[in-house]
Amino acid sequence: MNLQVFLVLAAALFAAGLYGALSQQSIVMIMMGLELMINAVLVGAVAFWYYAWPQQADGQFLVLLAMVVMAIEMAMGFAATIAIFRARDVDMTDLAADLKG
Amino acid sequence: MAEPAPMWTVLVLPIVLGGLALFAASLNGVLTAVASGRRATLAEWAEPLRASARLLVRQRRTTFRADVVLRRVGIAGIVVAALLASVPTPLGGVAVADLPVGVVWFNAMEILLWALVWLTGWGGNSAFSLVGGYRFLAQALAYELPLMFALTAPPLAADSLRVGAIVQAQQDVWFALWMPLAFLVYLIGIVGVAFWGPLSPPAAADVAGGVTAELSGADRLVFLAGRYLMLAAGAAFAVPLFLGGGQGPLLPAWLWSLLKMAAVLAVLVWLRRFSLVRAERLMSWGWLVLLPVVLLQVLVVGVVVLLRG
Amino acid sequence: MWEVIAFWVLAVLAVASGIAVFRVDSMARATFLLLASFLFVAGEMLVLELHYLGALTVLMMTAEMAIMAVFMIMFMMNPAGLEPMEMVHNKRGALVISVAVFVALTAAALVVPWPERAAPHPSDATHQLGEAIMRDKMLVMMVVGVGLFATMVAATLLATARGRYGEHAAPSRPEPSPHAHAHHHHAGGDR
Repeated sequence: MNLQVFLVLAAALFAAGLYGALSQQSIVMIMMGLELMINAVLVGAVAFWYYAWPQQADGQFLVLLAMVVMAIEMAMGFAATIAIFRARDVDMTDLAADLKG
Repeated sequence: MAEPAPMWTVLVLPIVLGGLALFAASLNGVLTAVASGRRATLAEWAEPLRASARLLVRQRRTTFRADVVLRRVGIAGIVVAALLASVPTPLGGVAVADLPVGVVWFNAMEILLWALVWLTGWGGNSAFSLVGGYRFLAQALAYELPLMFALTAPPLAADSLRVGAIVQAQQDVWFALWMPLAFLVYLIGIVGVAFWGPLSPPAAADVAGGVTAELSGADRLVFLAGRYLMLAAGAAFAVPLFLGGGQGPLLPAWLWSLLKMAAVLAVLVWLRRFSLVRAERLMSWGWLVLLPVVLLQVLVVGVVVLLRG
Repeated sequence: MWEVIAFWVLAVLAVASGIAVFRVDSMARATFLLLASFLFVAGEMLVLELHYLGALTVLMMTAEMAIMAVFMIMFMMNPAGLEPMEMVHNKRGALVISVAVFVALTAAALVVPWPERAAPHPSDATHQLGEAIMRDKMLVMMVVGVGLFATMVAATLLATARGRYGEHAAPSRPEPSPHAHAHHHHAGGDR
């Protein structure tokens, strides 16, 4: 095993997440696509730490940061979805695109 | 504690944990019998075995368009999570694997129940069982954070996340004695994880058994066994974490471990006599009382560690 | 040897469950397939002997996905997928773009001359991470803490019905009352 195969795994996860984020209509499903893309970041970070730069903890630290980003994304994403849903009764991006209100 | 674990420990773990779980179930049955005025006969102690046999031969009920896959994942997963959570728990000085991050490992396996209990409730395609699943999540949001901080206190004092090192650090004085609040919050958290006693609204009678509402036959047996196993796993992990592991006079270390585990488990089972706590009240207590208390406890531990140098 | 096998098995499972997230009808299945993908990646971390990060990934993602499932059920009109329906737009475009991105990233991964490992692994990766958090990365962690706190406050404000003006703020929807009609009439007159 080497860095390359881990990066290919990360690329596959990233592409799968990108497909979801681009194609899904529901806000919640789009967030799942984003999460899958961050999953790819986790793989890339640990692979770079292990195979390229183990003398410093930056790769590991990036995993912590990615998790924080995910937590913030989740909290704010759902809060915004609830707010939109309260005001407009929609949970689909296509319906939230107009400038009503 | 640094001895490499022999292979037979893999077989011993399910036996010991299963035995503890059976003890908890029997004790629960006996307490029920005593509460209803019967005498605690040997037959009452053996009741869980008879009940298990009955459940095994009974045919399973099915609900309309149940998500059987997700439900089975939830039910079986609880047993697996309880066993995996106990991997770093030493019996005497021997654990299946004394993982370098044993405490975090236990935490991760215990938190799997967030998903598994909810899946069990969801899979039945029935309102009451789903309500049970939601109740579990609501409770989890209240007890989990205090539980996590309670788990950090012993590693902080022992300067290691390795369970073996935590036991060794208690040679002079058990952690339960000088961090009693962390011990208390830990026990409350475990009661929540196993949704037992006062924290059993996810499986309470007012929602027709909650997550257990639609479970029957072998499914029900495995789910209830998993719940007792999780309670046992939590009680067992308290021993190396707070009660000095296998330390004690005269008796061999493994026997001391076992006795302490059974004692903690008995206390947890006995908590069933208290009435149910509502989720919103638990939320207030969890965030306004337990969390500040356990943070203070961790602060005290930190200061003691610094002063000790 | 076992590491190579574990890597490939976990990698295939992680990608497969990641793709399956967008192919199942049931929201519950989608959410927990995503969790499965994260758990397999946590397994990859354990293969690289990053015990702490592996356990942490299991811990964080399980809690996050369990909460996510609640919102999925709340917002989807067909959460259990009992009546299959399409909830996608521009499927082909999305597929083309993501395949192109995958090819480009894979090419980059294989072509770029990555640096060789210059130093041995630390004896305790968890210890290394802890040192970094408490020394070099202390400032980042503090900023992260503030960011998380701001998120908690902002998310709660956005999500609560009464908004940031407390109990006495106007409700977002007019309440049905016997005077509702007269009220409406009056408002109309003002315009």
